[in-house]
Amino acid sequence: MFQIRIHGRGGQGVVTATEMLSIAAFEEGRHAQAFPSFGSERTGAPVVAFCRIDDKEIRLREPIMQPDALIIQDPTLLHQIDVFAGLKPEGYVLINTSHSFEDIGLGEFAATHKASHLAALPATEIGLKHIGRPIPNVPLLGGFAALSGLIKLESVVLAINEKFSGKVAEGNVAAATEAYERVRAQMKGGAHA
Amino acid sequence: MSFQPVKFYQTGTFTVGNRLLAPDERSVQAGQQRSNAINSGHRACQGCGEALGARYAIDAAMAASGGKLIAANATGCLEVFSTPYPESSWQLPWIHSLFGNAAAVATGIAAALKVKGKQDVRVVAQGGDGGTTDIGFGCLSGMFERNDDVLYICYDNQGYMNTGVQRSSATPPAARTATTMPLGPEPGNVFGQGKNVPEIAMAHGIPYVATATVADLRDLEYKVNKAMSLHGARYLHVFVPCPLGWGTASHDTIRMARLAKETGMFPVFEAEQGEVTSVLKIRHRLPVEEYLKPQRRFAHLFGKNAHPEIIERLQAIADRNIRKYGLLDEEGK
Amino acid sequence: MLKQTEGSHAVAEAVALCRPEVICAYPISPQTHIVEALGQMVKSGELTPCEFINVESEFAAMSVAIGSSAAGARTYTATASQGLLFMAEAVYNASGLGLPIVMTVANRAIGAPINIWNDHSDSLSQRDSGWMQLFAETNQEAVDLHIQAFRLAEELSMPIMVCMDGFILTHAFERIDIPEPAQVDVYLPAFEPRQMLDPAEPVSIGAMVGPEAFMEVRYLAHAKQMQALELIPQYAGEFKQVFGRDSGGLVRPYRIEDADTVIIAMGSVLGTIKDVVDEMRAEGHKIGVLGIISYRPFPLQAVRAALANCKRFLVLEKSLAVGMGGILATDVRMAVTGSGLKGFTAIAGLGGRPIPKASLHPLFCRAEQEDLPPVTFVDLDEAAVNKQLERERLNRRSGPIAENILHDKGVISAKFG
Repeated sequence: MFQIRIHGRGGQGVVTATEMLSIAAFEEGRHAQAFPSFGSERTGAPVVAFCRIDDKEIRLREPIMQPDALIIQDPTLLHQIDVFAGLKPEGYVLINTSHSFEDIGLGEFAATHKASHLAALPATEIGLKHIGRPIPNVPLLGGFAALSGLIKLESVVLAINEKFSGKVAEGNVAAATEAYERVRAQMKGGAHA
Repeated sequence: MSFQPVKFYQTGTFTVGNRLLAPDERSVQAGQQRSNAINSGHRACQGCGEALGARYAIDAAMAASGGKLIAANATGCLEVFSTPYPESSWQLPWIHSLFGNAAAVATGIAAALKVKGKQDVRVVAQGGDGGTTDIGFGCLSGMFERNDDVLYICYDNQGYMNTGVQRSSATPPAARTATTMPLGPEPGNVFGQGKNVPEIAMAHGIPYVATATVADLRDLEYKVNKAMSLHGARYLHVFVPCPLGWGTASHDTIRMARLAKETGMFPVFEAEQGEVTSVLKIRHRLPVEEYLKPQRRFAHLFGKNAHPEIIERLQAIADRNIRKYGLLDEEGK
Repeated sequence: MLKQTEGSHAVAEAVALCRPEVICAYPISPQTHIVEALGQMVKSGELTPCEFINVESEFAAMSVAIGSSAAGARTYTATASQGLLFMAEAVYNASGLGLPIVMTVANRAIGAPINIWNDHSDSLSQRDSGWMQLFAETNQEAVDLHIQAFRLAEELSMPIMVCMDGFILTHAFERIDIPEPAQVDVYLPAFEPRQMLDPAEPVSIGAMVGPEAFMEVRYLAHAKQMQALELIPQYAGEFKQVFGRDSGGLVRPYRIEDADTVIIAMGSVLGTIKDVVDEMRAEGHKIGVLGIISYRPFPLQAVRAALANCKRFLVLEKSLAVGMGGILATDVRMAVTGSGLKGFTAIAGLGGRPIPKASLHPLFCRAEQEDLPPVTFVDLDEAAVNKQLERERLNRRSGPIAENILHDKGVISAKFG
């Protein structure tokens, strides 16, 4: 079982991101379970959502306390809560930032963590560029597909088309694709931005 | 010989008038075709205003709907006296659910009829003042606000009579009830409280709101008819004296209703879409004492320890009603 | 059709497949997504003929449901928590009148302190209301139970609650098989009311009943639930024939054949429990699980039979009978009266407190050792409790309890897990 935790703020599409991730996994014939942290929904408040992916039925109903992967949609959360809590030793970390891990105060963490499992992605900018809104969730899913190899970009595209339609869907597909390419390039370069 | 105009003031119910009218102009209640929707044999007290009001109103609604009528009833005297198990006085489909939900139950019935394409069947909800102005008020307001196709009839006897005469938000100031005893400096129910549900109904902007009394059968039947000719939420507030709760003679029920109207204590009017469209004028203006004196619930205002100042305050209420609704015709009688 | 979808949305689709004619909606978390989805289906014409009524309170929701059901319409509503309590008078009334209303309860704690998260306090508070109560373990089961519920309610002319864990199920996206309309039409016959407000055949419903007949009327409600004990497994069996899935029934045993210790629970926590039990089985523990699906009627015989070969049981429940202990546990103990079985109660997950495997594993081991007090409060912060008790000993005016506890724990909204 692979467990993903997404941290963000109300309004950034955190819950939608885990739902789309689960749809992408479903499209690949796998079992997936996405669920929010069940808080009151307020714009700007810290939000956590979870996604489990497995090849068999998922029965477990506890929150994800030892994630295999973290997606951090808002780096300002780093100063507010312990987003890394329980992260598995070689867990994947994808952060929405146009800076480097060092620049946002994670130099020490990055130095000791498996480099190929870390990526930084300017997802807000990519969102603005393709969707016209500073929503980082879909670009991060594209980036996550590239970073983890857990799901295919095509599955993310299928999930996008299930959640959105028309221009919004097109923009999101473009955003996810660009994010995917950027993270892949980053991984080939062996550096994290 | 001088000309003497005949006013059937002495009866108020126009029963004399019926005999003088052509058959098709006679009241529903005077006709043999009336449905007797609430049949004889029920357990209401002698002289019960509510039994009378319900009989007039439901028979008129039955006539207007061609007998295709369903009633939802709040808990209260009407419900208790009409359905002593295993008997029922109701000759129409009738449901009693709870004290505070008659309006919502009626909404549900109307929704079911609509979805089943049976819109020829009409829905009436009924309750006393407690079930309407107090505990059922939330559901009533919701039904009004959604403009559900329901005629709600409140039989107002100004208190919780079924439970032993306690105060409701329709109890008038100074009245004695089991929870507003005639004690202390302000005996009876206090001034400055209570709610005027017909006006609140009007504030919802619903198609039709009217008040009526059991003293004027023709007017009551006219208003039921008028309400039944419309769709959406409609509200009829019927003044029904209670001999038990008011301490009046059972033969005085209709007289008490007439006095309430003639003194201005109970304004009789109708309104459409929140605007008053007609009022029933006072025919022979009387001071409030005439209305108060026969009622034991106001006895503490008279006699040895009389409270003329309280009577004055009640008169002021009547005067305000008269001004506000224009209850006197131009002669100012 | 297999779908990756939200539990609430799947339930809305299942309810729509049952062709309800009147739906009353009042918003309360966590059931809102269900009625929102249904409202959309009615508005778009996808679900027709159906009247969708936005009422002003849960009391009105149930009252409207009473009216429409009595007038012969298939009627549905959903609620949770405070909403269920606010409609309580009408809840009892609906069953007293014998009206086959189906209601989803998205189980949630009851305040104060106000809490929107999952436990089973709400529907269990209506234990004796005369409604049947079925608890879903998964979203698939929630979907399937709704289809069975309409049939059961209408056959018995009694109302039924389908209970699903708020947020944990209602807001979870997972793989769900949404039945085909034709299958549902085969399984669920048209609603033929036993009583109906009809001018062609006027009846009085809801007359006052005195001491001479009241007991018989109440007994008949009980008798109907006893009939339901027969019908629930029968309908689950027929469901499997039509839909090819095991869903519903009275109880669901898991690896209990040779189990010395049986864990008993209701709802979604059964999934986590099964994972723990599988791990313990792999370690050689003789442990099994008994899921209760039908809470009302309570399947005394089925529970007794399922526990016949074990040595001890632990009831893990998301509810608390304050001043006594377990609510579900009381019923289970009733079922095994005279058997000499050792029974324990564990109260867990109140107000949405997570029930992790890490807490269950040691709890089950202790149950196996019979090393538990009669009632255990799982993951209770005893230090916080003691601090407040001490505060109350020291100060007469010790202040509001919930605020004191929050202050002591320093909880911030950003905490997760």
